[in-house]
Amino acid sequence: MRAFEYREPDTLEEVLALLHDHGEDAKIIAGGTALVIMLNQRLIMPSYLISLRKLSGLNSVDSVDGALQLGALVTHRDMETSPVIRDQIPVLAETYRQVATLRIRNMATVGGTLAHADPSQDSPVTLMALDARVGLTSSGGSREVALDEFFTDYYETVLQPDELLTHVQVPLPKPHTGSIYLKFLPRTEDDYATVGVAASVEIEPSSQLCRECRIVMGGVASTPLRVKEAEALLSGQKLAPELLHKAASVVQEHTDPISDSRGSADYKREMAGVCVRRALEQAWQRALA
Amino acid sequence: MTYTIRLNVNGKEHTVEVPSRRLLIDCLRYDLGLTGTKEGCSVGVCGACTVLMDGKPISSCLALALFADGKEIVTVEGLAREDRLDRVQQAFIDYGGFQCGICTPGMVVTAKALLDENPDPSVDEIKEWMMGNLCRCTGYYKVIESIQGAARRKRQAGDSDEGL
Repeated sequence: MRAFEYREPDTLEEVLALLHDHGEDAKIIAGGTALVIMLNQRLIMPSYLISLRKLSGLNSVDSVDGALQLGALVTHRDMETSPVIRDQIPVLAETYRQVATLRIRNMATVGGTLAHADPSQDSPVTLMALDARVGLTSSGGSREVALDEFFTDYYETVLQPDELLTHVQVPLPKPHTGSIYLKFLPRTEDDYATVGVAASVEIEPSSQLCRECRIVMGGVASTPLRVKEAEALLSGQKLAPELLHKAASVVQEHTDPISDSRGSADYKREMAGVCVRRALEQAWQRALA
Repeated sequence: MTYTIRLNVNGKEHTVEVPSRRLLIDCLRYDLGLTGTKEGCSVGVCGACTVLMDGKPISSCLALALFADGKEIVTVEGLAREDRLDRVQQAFIDYGGFQCGICTPGMVVTAKALLDENPDPSVDEIKEWMMGNLCRCTGYYKVIESIQGAARRKRQAGDSDEGL
């Protein structure tokens, strides 16, 4: 690891001022579970490391206007155990619980994961299926970006060098909506997903037809991948095996996985279809329940 | 670029000068001489380097030493009291959970945190907590039995429990 200047401000203003002055040469560190490895392997060599560990105010889950607002510094373990999350958006608690091990979940943060932008991570997939938005702030002002438009490539996002991701806003699920995250893990429980799929299905209760759905996959492209063409297929339809097979083949066409130690590209594409079918069916069942 | 950190390790206050890039595991082992904590994979997967930070298990190979400033750290050396082993350590000996010794410090520290939070864990709960502590001697069942044994003894001790 190369030496760097370390700053540990206790106010947001100081963090933003440091980013304004040193953004291009600085990295933000929160839990550090991803960044410390990248520093150690010299994949990144920032001159400044700006730690958020002494910052207060970004580590709570708050109800705001039909949504839950997650502070960027909320840990995975907090997400897994928070009574508010478990009660109001249980699929989020289920997703964060499947990340790595307890040790990692004690350190890794909600915002850190999104800024890191590894397309094999779990939570971005579910958050995107839930139509989440992220809040980005710089000393020049703030903006909100739909998670759909946040990721641009492997480890790349729309975050500017002087911007900090401060929170994530997740709308509360509408009535008669079921959501699920399926993580396909052929190796060990604590691994990154070979393929991860989140599906959210809203149904019309009287007819049981799908009103709206979202399908997002992880591990099969350079960013979490939402397939609107497959979503459109389902809208207004009744749950049926043929429909799910059709949706699965559409999502497979959109995948662009790489072959690595977690599976060949062909295997991942195949399993993406299988997982999408299963996820849609289970989300639909949850919507009916 | 060095920085001064103040941390409490196993109940003792320390002030240490560390380079910014110092990892917590190296600070513990080389600056403080606490070599009980082992380094295995160096990427947060194997669990050998597990320590408690403010009571929670973390990978000390993924934490900068600077993260420990103002924190309470517990390592395997902090569990025994004088000549008496912690109940988890004793159970690892009695139930055969102690094997070659490399994974054991991380195992014992994780198990200690588990029992502090949940004195009566189910086998599934034990497996979930211990999932990230790898043993290459392949002896996980003895580890589970050790933790169950420690939990049983802790419950039997009841109010007279001295935390050991």
